[in-house]
Amino acid sequence: MAVLDSKVPQGPLAEKWSKHKNDIRLVNPANKRNIDVIVVGTGLAGASASATLAELGYNVKTFCYQDSPRRAHSIAAQGGVNAAKNYQGDGDSVYRLFYDTIKGGDYRSREANVHRLAEVSTNIIDQCVAQGVPFAREYGGLLDNRSFGGVQVSRTFYAKGQTGQQLLLGAYSAMNRQIQRGKIKSYTRHEMMDLVLVDGKARGIIARNLVTGEIERHGAHAVVLATGGYGNVFFLSTYCMGANVMAAWRAHRRGALFANPCFTQIHPTCIPVSGDHQSKLTLMSESLRNDGRIWVPKKLEDAQAIREGKLKPTQIAEEDRDYYLERRYPAFGNLVPRDVASRAAKERCDAGYGVNKTGEAVYLDFDSAIMRYGREKANTMGLKDADDKTVRELGEKIVEAKYGNLFQMYEKIVDENPYKTPMKIYPAVHYAMGGLWVDYNLMTTIPGCYAAGEANFSDHGANRLGASALMQGLADGYFVLPYTIGDYLADDIQTGAIDTNNAAFDEAEKAVKEKLERLMKGSGQHSVDYYHKKLGKIMWNKCGMSRNAKELQEAIEEIAALRKDFYENVRVTGSADGKNQELEKAGRVADFLELGELFALDALNRNESCGGHFREEYQTEDGEALRDDENFRYVAAWEYKGEPKDAVLHKEELEYENIELKTRSYK
Amino acid sequence: MKIHLKVWRQKDANSKGHFESYDLDHIEADMSFLEMLDVLNESLINQGKEPVEFDHDCREGICGTCSMVINGKPHGPQKRTTTCQLHMRSFKDGDSITIEPFRAQAFPVIKDLIVDRSAFDRIQQAGGYISVNTSGRPVDANAIPIEKDYADASFNAATCIGCGACVAACKNASAMLFTSAKVSQYALLPQGRVEATTRVLNMVKQMDAEGFGNCTNTGACEVECPKGISLENIARMNREYLGAVVKG
Repeated sequence: MAVLDSKVPQGPLAEKWSKHKNDIRLVNPANKRNIDVIVVGTGLAGASASATLAELGYNVKTFCYQDSPRRAHSIAAQGGVNAAKNYQGDGDSVYRLFYDTIKGGDYRSREANVHRLAEVSTNIIDQCVAQGVPFAREYGGLLDNRSFGGVQVSRTFYAKGQTGQQLLLGAYSAMNRQIQRGKIKSYTRHEMMDLVLVDGKARGIIARNLVTGEIERHGAHAVVLATGGYGNVFFLSTYCMGANVMAAWRAHRRGALFANPCFTQIHPTCIPVSGDHQSKLTLMSESLRNDGRIWVPKKLEDAQAIREGKLKPTQIAEEDRDYYLERRYPAFGNLVPRDVASRAAKERCDAGYGVNKTGEAVYLDFDSAIMRYGREKANTMGLKDADDKTVRELGEKIVEAKYGNLFQMYEKIVDENPYKTPMKIYPAVHYAMGGLWVDYNLMTTIPGCYAAGEANFSDHGANRLGASALMQGLADGYFVLPYTIGDYLADDIQTGAIDTNNAAFDEAEKAVKEKLERLMKGSGQHSVDYYHKKLGKIMWNKCGMSRNAKELQEAIEEIAALRKDFYENVRVTGSADGKNQELEKAGRVADFLELGELFALDALNRNESCGGHFREEYQTEDGEALRDDENFRYVAAWEYKGEPKDAVLHKEELEYENIELKTRSYK
Repeated sequence: MKIHLKVWRQKDANSKGHFESYDLDHIEADMSFLEMLDVLNESLINQGKEPVEFDHDCREGICGTCSMVINGKPHGPQKRTTTCQLHMRSFKDGDSITIEPFRAQAFPVIKDLIVDRSAFDRIQQAGGYISVNTSGRPVDANAIPIEKDYADASFNAATCIGCGACVAACKNASAMLFTSAKVSQYALLPQGRVEATTRVLNMVKQMDAEGFGNCTNTGACEVECPKGISLENIARMNREYLGAVVKG
């Protein structure tokens, strides 16, 4: 187990990070100028890390597959970013944010990392405001907050429904300043194809220029992977189309352990699938659960009539509606955490109460919020006897001010007006808590290879709370990695520039070219999407919201067979010598076909239910997740050994010195 | 429904492009426009032909990657909508649809419908930022109260997704709406005022160097902008620019 030293500093929890910062080695400014760092991915974690590293004096090279760093999928995050500022004076603190995150993650995250995250969360807001990020403000000119699932305070900072966009553009602007100074060299439309190790250390990458098809060598003293999550293994998800696991998976194949792959978040409020042509799913922000009520009909015959188009939801009387979250979880109601809300929706739909033609949708209804807000407004306007029509009109205006852009997005996609009829929603794959195993310094098990943001595993355990992804991405990138990396780079002040003309780079480049050739040489029976969709179906049906040993075993075999078929029969048109989107997709799907198998293996190994991982065999009598702390209070970190199913398990036991493990209850 | 497509095909930046026609059957109203193109591409691949390449990523109207001119309009017929959020219910059975890349001297075609918009990045690099380092100890976020109206106006300018529809819509291929949105975001905030003079001068200089045309106030950019970025931003940038020039 020597490989899994988490390097968590000694001492009291609240002092660990400060002490660690004082203890780690520094690199002096003159020496930083002689050190190169590669950052792959330019989302919140990658952009903030590269900007900060460049400010400190390192020479940074950034890589993204998009045409501009600004397009990374952090841009699509809607709801907000958490920070323990306690501006609302509602009892929030660093400890509470830490506690909520550990509990929300169902006690499967690393205590010291989560506490550090809560500590630096407040710096994020200060930093972003200084950068000119236009957060929502109150009339007094101070910053506004709202509330998210799984917590009982208002600590979420936001910029309407576009918080991710504003934070990413802030980090992108910080990058641009360093690009202009010549401290960052930005490579766009480039994809990392492999990690290069020299004498056991990460010393560079092989990248493909997606425009010319050229295979390039880039050397550096350290490589940071900030490449996001792997949710697209399900084909349908709220991820962007290009999101992929290639960089992380290539590092895994080179020796980086991959942790908890089966911990994936299924978000409860997404727009349901409309047909076989569907290419991606769209999230409706969790903030909607502040005001929307989730329900299905109480009677099976009503659900049936709705599915057949004979009945409208507005025709169902109040007493014939089942507000199942309010019924099952009275304390948190519609604001239970995501994993709980998703499973409850699936339970109702599986029982036959689904409300769209596929039977996989529930209602998110704003009617009572519209009337409540409308009544308040009418009262403040002195309209004591306002009729329902007036109240409704007033209420709709208030809901529009709060959620207008989301309602508009819904209407564009579904062609129904959510002010007049309830939204239809269903859970969809949204985030990966699992990822590359990292120690307290965010270094993977490969010396010099770091992972930041969603790409690593450390902070969210088995379930992430809303508005915590943006917090973690920026915490890692702005405030953690740029400092911890110095401790490693202090050994490299005399190394000099990394030479890419050596056997290690030769071997890696050759392997990349062979892989591309192999992909081009399939017999040409089926498109890349054909295989990706098939993989997605296996993942969703057998590794989705509920799992069991039999189906996981089947998934492992089916994915292995599909992978074999893929290499033999895939059809990639065009050539490898220029822009070729089919080839790009094929490379990504090839790695998903390996990751999917490891995912199922990890889920099969974890004989308990926790957070987003629900094993049917392990549940309480009333259908809640049954954790097994005695046997599974560990991080499952997998070592690559050829076929994914042969991966070797390493365990990092999770120690909770400051928190008592409890059964998570939101009742 | 049946759809007749005329699509711009161009092998690479140095080749000459041309239109090709395709007929599609069984297109559903619930499909997004890009899903309709996915259907086209799947059928081209199955015939052993090269699919139509187009830029796209988030498919939820926020990343700004998708970029095509549909029947003469950037992002197509629906107002305030990116191509990825356009659905086939905006068309009817038997319609002909012409699809071209965004056209501007500063946006050279890379392949088919994909263009190079790196000029936008270079404009941002010229000054689209506030010079503040990551320190972990800047002043508290609430130390500078900002009037809500200004904060909201700054936010509205900052919602530009950098897609380039404004350039494609403009008869002069001007990037004034894009550039002014960033200039405005910072000009409206106290944190951004400090460098306002150099910012506007440098960004405008870069905008000109990239080969974008000037603004002649026709307002086509505002009409076609999927995010509704206001023409007021151009007026504000002109005012900032004039002030900066006078100040020297």
